[in-house]
Amino acid sequence: MALLEVTGLDASYGAIEALSGVSLRVEPGEIVAILGANGAGKTTLLRTLTGLHRAKAGTVLLDGQDITRRRAHDIVGMGFGHVPEGRRVFAALEVDGNLTMGGYQSRKEPAALAERRRQVYELFPRLAERQGQLAGTLSGGEQQMLAIGRALMNAPRFLALDEPSLGLSPLFTRNIFKIVRRIREQGTAVLLVEQNARQALRLADRGYVLETGRVALEGPAAELADDPRVKAAYLGGAPAEPSPRGPVASTSDNGGKGADGS
Amino acid sequence: MNDFLQYTLNGLTVGAFYALVALGYTMVYGIIRLLNFAHGDFFMVGAFLATGVLSLLTGSGLPSGLVVVVALVAATAAAAALGGVSARIVYLPLVKAPKLSLLVSALGLSLAVEYGTALSQGTGFRSVPHIGFLSAEHAIGLTDGVRLTYAQLGVIAVSLALMIGLYLYVTRTFTGTAMRVLAMDQDAARLMGVNVERTIMMTFIIGAGLAGTAGTMYALYYPQVNFLMGFLLGLRAFTAAVLGGIGNIPGAMVGGFLIGLLESYATGYVAGRWTDVVVFGVLIGVLVIRPSGILGERVAERV
Ligand SMILES: Nc1ncnc2c1ncn2[C@@H]1O[C@H](COP(=O)(O)OP(=O)(O)O)[C@@H](O)[C@H]1O
Ligand SMILES: [Mg+2]
Repeated sequence: MALLEVTGLDASYGAIEALSGVSLRVEPGEIVAILGANGAGKTTLLRTLTGLHRAKAGTVLLDGQDITRRRAHDIVGMGFGHVPEGRRVFAALEVDGNLTMGGYQSRKEPAALAERRRQVYELFPRLAERQGQLAGTLSGGEQQMLAIGRALMNAPRFLALDEPSLGLSPLFTRNIFKIVRRIREQGTAVLLVEQNARQALRLADRGYVLETGRVALEGPAAELADDPRVKAAYLGGAPAEPSPRGPVASTSDNGGKGADGS
Repeated sequence: MNDFLQYTLNGLTVGAFYALVALGYTMVYGIIRLLNFAHGDFFMVGAFLATGVLSLLTGSGLPSGLVVVVALVAATAAAAALGGVSARIVYLPLVKAPKLSLLVSALGLSLAVEYGTALSQGTGFRSVPHIGFLSAEHAIGLTDGVRLTYAQLGVIAVSLALMIGLYLYVTRTFTGTAMRVLAMDQDAARLMGVNVERTIMMTFIIGAGLAGTAGTMYALYYPQVNFLMGFLLGLRAFTAAVLGGIGNIPGAMVGGFLIGLLESYATGYVAGRWTDVVVFGVLIGVLVIRPSGILGERVAERV
């Protein structure tokens, strides 16, 4: 049975339809990429899955359980982690306090929390060095690490990441992708929303391409990476044409320059 | 000098009432950006309920200290329950509605509580049973002429203890921290697994409970109650919350004591009828220099 099974999902903002008939699945231990241009509905999809936005139709099953109309905190409590677009760390709280809040669902198990905190700091030594610093004073890349670390404090079975590389330097981006692989190795399935299609497809097992709220293409990551339509639209296929969205073209060979994600 | 000391003690006592009530305004504002018009009425309900308990138990033979404690606990619990119920019925269904709907509902709730009280308890001033050890003649004499009554000492001590407790709750416990992060980013709080609705309710319960405690102490201190007392005191307490920086918990404490002191000095050194001029003059002065209040952060971008 799939870990996450989405069938015919519709969502809208008033009269604006943002998702129509989206179906997808994530198997245990998989990394699944969601690609799509700005405004395609990727963020809405994740927000609808975690109950931050109401589904108009369709079903979402997590491990066979219907979570379509559950409230966000219940869904999170069932082991669904969601690292939101734009990181959304608690700026006026220290790094350590942010992690503490990430473990809110496990607040009755201090021993488990202490162990997870240790693991997060091991995964992100930069955060360990900045435990007492206010999250708002971290660089963008560090905030992204914190946002991921915070979600890991809840020991999710399933983790959705919304454009974790957005606005980050190539160095930080590579680091984040490496972390995603580590997270999967520890048994957590990952749904990765990315505009950085090339790297996302290299990492993922399978992928879906969203276009104006619909699944336009789906398949194994390697096949998608070879698909001429994907190449043209998301991988900067035509060499002469400048990529409309910087990250794809600019991240590949920039070495360690600008180690600081803004 | 002695006058100054006496005015200071009086001002701290009045300021303790303002501070306790200001905390509720500021916590609710911080968490859902609502000016809760009905908050002062939780204070009034606490005062009336305490008066009822005191009337019932004085003369029953119970030691008066115990009677006071029972009144305090009962009124606090009743006000807290009223806060929780009104959050559930009036505020939570409207959290996502336009802010104006919330504001109007708060106003409606306030009027309902006030005039419900007026209907059942009358519109006059009701006097509160006399508790011997809280009357003005029981005092600690400090330097000559300066007196700290037991009642004043009690008010200041209880409110300081509650404020310290609240501060620890909000900074050290999971639910308290959830309140703070909810004020920062509601969706992110949900993604941490925070039950936002329950946390908002908890905020109302605590704020209203503090107002209920303040109401009880106010009833014992003055000792009379009236159905509009919450409106009048609430206005001052709200001013205190704004002065300290609305949404900021230590700010509400500082603002409350500051307004109490200003009022006391103005009454003592100038004249009673000038207190409003002094209090609001200082408020305007502070807000001109620091638009977000003494301890407030910039909130403009969030409103
Ligand atoms: N809060 C909102 N109110 C109205 N429309 C929205 C809102 N959020 C997103 N949309 C619209 O929904 C569509 C999908 O947006 P989004 O899910 O953010 O896309 P993506 O994450 O792929 O960039 C877009 O047309 C966007 O304009
Ligand atoms: Mg998006």
